[in-house]
Amino acid sequence: MNNQTVDLIVIGAGPAGMSAALEATRQGLSVVVLDEQPGPGGQIYRNVLQADPRSRSVLGEDYEAGAGLAAAFLQCGARYLANAAIWQVTPQRQVHYLIDGRAEVLQGRHVLIATGAFERPMPIPGWTLPGVMTAGAGQILLKSAALVPGGPVVLAGCGPLLYLLAVQYLRAGITLEALVDTSGRGDLARAWRKVPRALRGWRELLKGLGLLAELKRAGIRHFRDARNLLVEGQAQAHSLSFDSNGCRWNIPATRVLLHQGVVPNTQISWSLRAEHDWNEQQLCWITRRNRWGETSLPGIFIAGDSGAIGGAQVAQLEGRLAALAVVAKLGNIDAQQLQQLAKPYRKALRRQRAARPLIDALYRPQQQNRIPANEVIVCRCEEVSAGAIRHYVELGCLGPNQTKAFGRCGMGPCQGRLCGLSVTEIIAEHRQVPAAEVGYYRIRSPLKPITLGQLATEKPLTQEHL
Amino acid sequence: MPADSLFRALGPADKSVLIEFEGAFLSVPAGISLAAALLLSGVTHTRESAVNGRPGAPYCMMGVCFECLVEVDGQANCQACLLPVRAGMRVRRQRGARDVRVGDHGEEGADE
Amino acid sequence: MQKPDVIIVGGGLVGMSIAYGLALLGRQVSVLDEGDDAFRAARGNFGLLWVQGKGYGMSPYAQWTRESVALWPRLEASLQADTGIDVHLRQSGGFQLCLTDDEMAEESRRLLWLREALAGDYPFELLDSAQLRARLPGVGPSVVGGCYSPMDGHVNPLKLLRALYAACRMRGVKIINGHRVSVIGQFASGFELQAGEQRWYAGQIVLAAGLGNRQLGAQLGMDVPVHPNRGQILVTERLKPFLHYPTTYVRQTDEGTVQLGDSHESLGFDDGTSSAVMADIARRAVQCFPQLDQVRLVRAWGALRVLSADGFPIYEASQACPGAFVVSCHSGVTLAAIHALRLAPWIAGEFDDPAVLPFSLQRFSQKKEVCHAG
Repeated sequence: MNNQTVDLIVIGAGPAGMSAALEATRQGLSVVVLDEQPGPGGQIYRNVLQADPRSRSVLGEDYEAGAGLAAAFLQCGARYLANAAIWQVTPQRQVHYLIDGRAEVLQGRHVLIATGAFERPMPIPGWTLPGVMTAGAGQILLKSAALVPGGPVVLAGCGPLLYLLAVQYLRAGITLEALVDTSGRGDLARAWRKVPRALRGWRELLKGLGLLAELKRAGIRHFRDARNLLVEGQAQAHSLSFDSNGCRWNIPATRVLLHQGVVPNTQISWSLRAEHDWNEQQLCWITRRNRWGETSLPGIFIAGDSGAIGGAQVAQLEGRLAALAVVAKLGNIDAQQLQQLAKPYRKALRRQRAARPLIDALYRPQQQNRIPANEVIVCRCEEVSAGAIRHYVELGCLGPNQTKAFGRCGMGPCQGRLCGLSVTEIIAEHRQVPAAEVGYYRIRSPLKPITLGQLATEKPLTQEHL
Repeated sequence: MPADSLFRALGPADKSVLIEFEGAFLSVPAGISLAAALLLSGVTHTRESAVNGRPGAPYCMMGVCFECLVEVDGQANCQACLLPVRAGMRVRRQRGARDVRVGDHGEEGADE
Repeated sequence: MQKPDVIIVGGGLVGMSIAYGLALLGRQVSVLDEGDDAFRAARGNFGLLWVQGKGYGMSPYAQWTRESVALWPRLEASLQADTGIDVHLRQSGGFQLCLTDDEMAEESRRLLWLREALAGDYPFELLDSAQLRARLPGVGPSVVGGCYSPMDGHVNPLKLLRALYAACRMRGVKIINGHRVSVIGQFASGFELQAGEQRWYAGQIVLAAGLGNRQLGAQLGMDVPVHPNRGQILVTERLKPFLHYPTTYVRQTDEGTVQLGDSHESLGFDDGTSSAVMADIARRAVQCFPQLDQVRLVRAWGALRVLSADGFPIYEASQACPGAFVVSCHSGVTLAAIHALRLAPWIAGEFDDPAVLPFSLQRFSQKKEVCHAG
């Protein structure tokens, strides 16, 4: 790999990363895109260029729309490195990654983090049993392998993805045993009143209502306001039980797919010690950025869902805006040109963001599914329960780094991705302070496991490239 | 494939490859991830926790959760959801922690 | 508010060990500590109970260290009885691995000096590569030799920290978290500590605030020469038990993870970017144990060691402000036992301990001497 400094290193080839690369190369920048996936698209457009026609037809036109973007991206002149696992990013904008089993380093003048989102953990009793997966995982199996559940399946939780997957399964001929919704009929009216200018989000809302209508027409059992969810089974999930409509239900299923929204993947920005704020509306950490997406670290930008959840359309626009800001910083365009070029993107962005507050209010995950009872495991790597975290708080721990030291919670290979938000919220609730005051794990490299042999043989950048 | 398959394919695969899991041969569609292939083949759990032996299985399918750890061609703790299947790949459950103990103790303890 | 007998500033391993020792003597103790990000040295600890090589150039430190490891089983038993937590003390002896002949020669020279300084009571063995390999299977071909000492051992430092917290709570120590003490005032009846709007009072105070001791000590007219020394530790995924002794570069924990790092301050890691340092540590670990080559690194810590000007501990009972004590050291694990069981009684005024005297601040004003730490 050559060691030349590139104008822009983009991390992630989802809608934000691909759009940024398209805009930056159009303005003459040298761009390298590092992607953990084998092909462009991110999770939303995963495998979009190779998808099986049968899965394509059930995935729908929103997915199909990604094919054009991915094809254009591959043509744009950016250097695309697939299957690259980023294990360290430095404030000096060096990106360390693993590719083909080797450790490489790349120096950028600017870095754009476009690592998207992952699903919010949903720690309910029994969620660690084999047979329980995320709804996103179910959708990835459909996109990347054209697989659908072979036995009885239940979807549980809340959020647009849950309804979308239900409809996609329906189109694929899979009949759900039940859709167990933790949101309820009352939520819509409440959200509507709470969110000013909610009407501007009508398009998104209609899409959601359309999905629900389709499920209703098909006669899918749809439970609402479900509470006290419990996956039952010994070595394998065999049913989901819950309260709804005043009784306890038990639905046999070998597949239980859980979902309660997605949250930004902030591992890299945390590792860089960038400023973060707790967002009470989205119940997650958001990296502080200016209107171009630049973080508190000069030259390091974030676009798309890894900044704040906004969806694929917002991600594309944010990617373009960040790329334009980089172009301007390099002096290829002046301030006036920048404003001019950014104008249509900004206008579209306002429109695309309008629905978000409504969606957030409508599908706000239930407290009991974020802050679980004592016996529920929150850290799957180290098998640490919510009760253990509460016990460490009682011993005097104020935040997740102390509970980590006391009980190894967050020390495993997933680096707290699957327990971080739960732990922050459990501590906040137990101490009766806001989550913002509790803070988050101090994330350090390696962001992805790297073998000692790979680390030992990494070729360092020479001084001239810094 | 067991009667109650966990996942099934929407249609027949264009091309298949043979992989080995726990000593048994599995024919799986080419081009899919190892985790998908194991789910398709009815494998219920793919690892046993190094902490307490709890059985684990693919959960997020996108490299986040590390639940789908398996041993591939002797290399421990591989994320099955990030590895494409390859003909001849030998896969085992990740049972507890990785073992790095040197096998041939005989040579070295000779003077004892 | 009830006034405690003693306030300890700093809730790391050093402060908590002393708090525990004072609580065992029935003293009313409060510990003031900072927030979630404050346990830097304690969290970055390698977990060694290390004797060999320590105190080169200062034999009282070698003696003090030896006595601490001798007291460790008592501390362990007491913590176990109070909390049920097994801190996983293993006093199996430990190995120092040498990668070059020069390293081996230097190490031998130090150990021989120490044996003489301790009048022969300093057991160790120098091993050539074949002898070493017979004792430690899996050692790589580039290891030229090593030293074994039965005095060494290891412990789980995070369990130790948790056990000290739990034991202190159980014995009535008040742990007040989330406050950074900024101002200390002295009165006839004792001391006033301030953090923001909050104030606390005690007849005695112990400064165990790590690097913060410099600033806090200055307020009481003491010049505490401590500075940060950055060290990095890498941690691997869990492995089945393969290494049954601690070594200075590589230690397998009771959980199976392997810690890689360097407890030898004299080699220093102050400069160099972090990934270059990490690569260095990885390279050396693989040289020591080649089977680690394919093993995955899961975590890395950067920890700030608290190093005094000469690398040895500081135990000061202030002459100008009677009742104020300063404790600084970078071996919070090895010395935990003696801090709890001998230093705490000395602070409590139970008896005069001449062994403490060589560690007073006075030595820094007497002469400017640069010695090796460790």
